[in-house]
Amino acid sequence: MRSLAAFMALVVMAAALPARAEAPVRLMAETCLACHSPELHSTIPTLAGRPAGDLLRLLLAFRDGSRAATIMDRIAKGYSREELGAIAGELAGKGERP
Amino acid sequence: MTGRLSRRALLGGATALLAAPALAAGPRGARVVIVGGGFGGATAARYLRRAMPELRITLVEPNRVHVTCPGSNAVIGGLEPLSRLEHGYDRLRSRFGIEVVHDAAVAIEGERRRVRLGGGAEIAYDRLIVSPGIDLRWNEIEGYGEAAALTMPHAWKAGEQTALLRRRLEAVEDGGVVIIAAPGNPFRCPPGPYERAGLIAWHLSRTRKGCKVLILDAKDSFSKQALFQEGWKALYGDMIEWVSGASNGRVVRVNAAEGWVETDFDRFTPALANIIPPQGAGRIAVAAGLAEAGGFCPVDPATFESRRIPGIHVIGDSCIAGEMPKSASSANNQAKIAAAAVAASLAGQGFASVKAINVCYSLLAPDYGISVAGVYDVADGRRAGVAGSGGVSPLGADAHARKTEAEYAVGWYAGICADAWGG
Repeated sequence: MRSLAAFMALVVMAAALPARAEAPVRLMAETCLACHSPELHSTIPTLAGRPAGDLLRLLLAFRDGSRAATIMDRIAKGYSREELGAIAGELAGKGERP
Repeated sequence: MTGRLSRRALLGGATALLAAPALAAGPRGARVVIVGGGFGGATAARYLRRAMPELRITLVEPNRVHVTCPGSNAVIGGLEPLSRLEHGYDRLRSRFGIEVVHDAAVAIEGERRRVRLGGGAEIAYDRLIVSPGIDLRWNEIEGYGEAAALTMPHAWKAGEQTALLRRRLEAVEDGGVVIIAAPGNPFRCPPGPYERAGLIAWHLSRTRKGCKVLILDAKDSFSKQALFQEGWKALYGDMIEWVSGASNGRVVRVNAAEGWVETDFDRFTPALANIIPPQGAGRIAVAAGLAEAGGFCPVDPATFESRRIPGIHVIGDSCIAGEMPKSASSANNQAKIAAAAVAASLAGQGFASVKAINVCYSLLAPDYGISVAGVYDVADGRRAGVAGSGGVSPLGADAHARKTEAEYAVGWYAGICADAWGG
């Protein structure tokens, strides 16, 4: 019974984790779209179609101050490396919006 | 045998759990109603649709066109026409399948989960998102009621009032003094009165001689203060004067018919008075019992669900969001969070708290922009700035940096409006 309970716990975790982990990453990435609109050409660069590695390198450079910025340095400093990695991955995985 | 049965039951359960994300398509018949079609409500509608393609979403908004407050100081200063600030609801309807009802929500029954409209109809909801912006507190400044606002515009809700303040400004002659009365905290758009001072000065400095902008403030400090004061000096010399609350700046009384404005010790009779009165949550939020004594609505900082009535989320200027300012940017991000929390709740899923951001640009002149940014996490039951992040543009930056931020301000406006109303 004990092993069954352990198995049950694993299955439940495996089933529950993706659903729960997905929402915050997507939500964090959606934060960026208010300024970086995928629908417009504006003075603010779009992020659509940029590889995750490029985005993450930029975000980390903003975060550690090695890349000059007006505002992105102040924003990137609010997130951990892991969060920035997840955001970059999510943004890179995005195609067109509904 | 027992084990096998359990295992089969278990696998059935696991299948159900694995299928759970599909439920995000929306339980049959679920309906979410959103009250208010500004930055908060429009963004919430759009992102709810993204999360739940099958959900019935109804947006209740009395006006057929929303006129944004962001950008309205540029209209007052003569940089843009008012029409640039207008956003309709056609794309929310056609592209995103949102039912838009042009009526006012006049009552909310939290226990029956119903919203009553001014026209008499009732709409049932499973979850309600309330984003009604602010209501002005008339007569808190003695003599400043709705009639007085026709002579001394507030222009703190964009539209007619913005156009009126622009017209009145155009009538100011050489040597005229323009007074801006700025309210105490909390209020909509903390840098707004000071951006307005700069853009009024920009207009007057180009078209008139010897004018002055006098800010009479209820506060002793304000958003991006050092940056504003540095820029005003550089651009307009001594044309803009700021009087703090401690220096007797708080306006306590006005007489619109006679054209005067009083603090405790002084009376001014300016060419034009722009009175920005104290504010509270939008009327429907107060009527529904969502607001506390201070006038705004306490919420769970992770989900923006009301602390007073379950099943209702309050976002934007009406809610108490800790250190997040009352801004379009805050409302937009809170809307995304509330939409995700509502979708998770309808799908029977958990919801993890997520960081939120605010970005506000202010113009001091068409090619002179400054910004404030913040990242806010949930800590000790409230939204607080993440240590080491956020802050304002640097003091002493060169003209190129200010011009770049002015250009980004334009991009910010275009982007956030597309994000809310669908481009």
